[in-house]
Amino acid sequence: MRQYREGSHAVAEIVRMCKAQVISAYPITPQTHIVESLAQMVADGELNAEFINVESEHSAASVVQGASATGVRTYTATTSQGLLYMIEVLYSIAGLRLPVVLTCANRAVSSPINIWNDHQDSVTVRDAGWLQFYAENNQEACDLHLMAYRLAEDHNIMLPVMVCMDGYILTHAYEVVDLPEQSQVDKFLPDFKPVHCLNPDEPISMGVLMGPESYTETRYAIHQTMMDALNVIPGIADEFERVFGRKVNCLIEKYRLEDATQVFVAMGSMVGTIKEIVDGLREDGQKVGLLKVIAHRPFPKKIVYEALKNAREIAVLEKAISLGEEGPLLSDVKSAFCGYGNQPKISGFILGLGGRDITNKSIIEVHSALSGSQVDVKFIDLKI
Amino acid sequence: MVTELFSSGHTACAGCGQALGARLVVETTGPNVVIANATGCLEVFTSRYPESAWGVPWIHSLFQNAAAVASGVEAALRIKGKLDQVRVISQGGDGATADIGMASLSGMFDRGHDILYVCYDNEAYMNTGVQRSGLTPFDSRTTTSPSGKKSFGNPRPKKNIPEIANAHNVPYVATASVAFPKDLQKKVKKALSIRGPKYIQIFVPCPLGWRHDPGLTYEIAKLVVETGLYPILEYQDGKLISVKTIDAPKPVDEYLKLQGRYAHLFTERGKGEIAKIQAIADSNIKKYGLLKGGKEVQKKMVEEKFTEEKIFTTAELSKCDGKDGRPAYFAYKGKVYDTTGSDRWADGAHYNMHFAGSDLTDALVEAPHGDEVFERFKIVGVLKV
Repeated sequence: MRQYREGSHAVAEIVRMCKAQVISAYPITPQTHIVESLAQMVADGELNAEFINVESEHSAASVVQGASATGVRTYTATTSQGLLYMIEVLYSIAGLRLPVVLTCANRAVSSPINIWNDHQDSVTVRDAGWLQFYAENNQEACDLHLMAYRLAEDHNIMLPVMVCMDGYILTHAYEVVDLPEQSQVDKFLPDFKPVHCLNPDEPISMGVLMGPESYTETRYAIHQTMMDALNVIPGIADEFERVFGRKVNCLIEKYRLEDATQVFVAMGSMVGTIKEIVDGLREDGQKVGLLKVIAHRPFPKKIVYEALKNAREIAVLEKAISLGEEGPLLSDVKSAFCGYGNQPKISGFILGLGGRDITNKSIIEVHSALSGSQVDVKFIDLKI
Repeated sequence: MVTELFSSGHTACAGCGQALGARLVVETTGPNVVIANATGCLEVFTSRYPESAWGVPWIHSLFQNAAAVASGVEAALRIKGKLDQVRVISQGGDGATADIGMASLSGMFDRGHDILYVCYDNEAYMNTGVQRSGLTPFDSRTTTSPSGKKSFGNPRPKKNIPEIANAHNVPYVATASVAFPKDLQKKVKKALSIRGPKYIQIFVPCPLGWRHDPGLTYEIAKLVVETGLYPILEYQDGKLISVKTIDAPKPVDEYLKLQGRYAHLFTERGKGEIAKIQAIADSNIKKYGLLKGGKEVQKKMVEEKFTEEKIFTTAELSKCDGKDGRPAYFAYKGKVYDTTGSDRWADGAHYNMHFAGSDLTDALVEAPHGDEVFERFKIVGVLKV
């Protein structure tokens, strides 16, 4: 049913319909509206779940870890400092192959403290073993949460999933979203059946000590699963379309790429702004396109290469930077071309940090810079 | 085949007090338990892949989050409706409990989870090579609180975690020593019979870290109690309900001299320091009334302490009506419960319908609650029919 809803509330509705059984969170702006909504649903008896208020994000992640290991569906949400405070638990959750779903309401990282949007928080934890998806708008945020539970709990995957949605820009924005019926969600997402869980009838030890003789194989297994997920995702996306009557992209979206020689590459809500610019430039007869990256991990390297191989000038636009190097997505895109001849020019642009607006002018500036020589790092809208 | 809940063949050092303590705990809980373990010696020596000493479901995540992981386990069991059949234990060493995991432990207490937290106190970070923790005792030598020309070792006394637990209004808090296994197991059993968060701190010698003969583990765990340095206490609802008494306190040097971590005190320069440690023991003895038949506190407590063996006649019970400062007792199915001080039993009356001093066995049938609410009351005796 199409409804005019705030992004946070829409995501909370999806989590309710996914019947999360243990929810734990620690308040941090701009994640709060999501977990407040869920707390109210539990208080009103609309959602049969344990809502555990904790003393830190570290414990929020630990509570959902313990609950997931005991065989129930779990949910948490955080952002920025909270996500960084969770880091070691994030690694541990992935290491134990627990299908936790987390929403990251993307926000900048201190210092200086800044509560507004960029991607530095989630990009920083990309190596933790979580599947990581970035939403362009609130419809996509909703759909990616449905996909997140289904993928995380798939016995061929059994890994945690992080859905990233831009803080404020999406979490606090009212948009029309098509929320599914409960019966559709039930059809798409069966009850969680753990592979192993903490159960006195079949006692197992989880999180044991592993020495040099076996640790490597655990990393190998997670990596291999991530790679396998690239093949599993399209099939589940097809099923999504059959059940909900709407297409969902989980890896990439190609926008007017067919004959494009100049291509923008970006993740998250700035994609909407870029689409408008692409449309304008196309009207002027310029062969411009856009590649939206949704899955940052696993990174669909081959698919990205195939989508971009005919481009001559590529601009990777990012709300994060590996200080002292370049934007992390830029490195990924460059590596997709590694080993192939006839490489295009691939430049990196950093913008929208700490909530600075990305305007049409910002994107035009990127486009103007494309015809120049290749740059690894160019800050857009920089005031110096 | 008999499945051991805590198998031999793990890799703990000879004489390890923690291995002994952990076995006593899990053998008391039985198989229907889930354990969340913090990082530390216990986790390392019991779980090296592909082996595990644990015959019960067991999870280890990180150093500081055992109480939070256990909270998640408990929440999951609750939503699955299994919390009646399965108990949850969270456990770790003194560093995991009193230092790095203090916040998650406080959160677990605060939220009222039905979890027993067990702290195996070997008074330093043993797994990393004997560094100082918040539970390292005064003047003990560790690798990060070494003795030297300007130091006698750790300059601070132990944090009082049992009292910190009490400050959270948890229903049951106790200390124990592996030298007294029956007392320890009785406390674990009692803790598991009470709903809500519980805390038990067990003194577990570490021959490697304390530098004592592995054969002396029992002796040291006994002496620490007999000197008064480690009071063995039991609190229910914040009230001290029992202490392990000492016939005649032994001087602390008998305990200290067996351990290399105190060897630097047995010098000309160290004499005054031993007196300071004796003062800590003396203060404990006084504060908690540890002397057998000695202090007034202790005497009073023994007098006030009823046991299940105390037999009440109907006439005796009727006098405990909660009025004019008299205790408020009632009987249910032959047991006598103490409701003195309960908000719901002011002046011995419960919603002006039921009154202390009487047998309420039949009255419960009409009540909006079951007999589970009696768990919060102490049993003080039995009713003679």
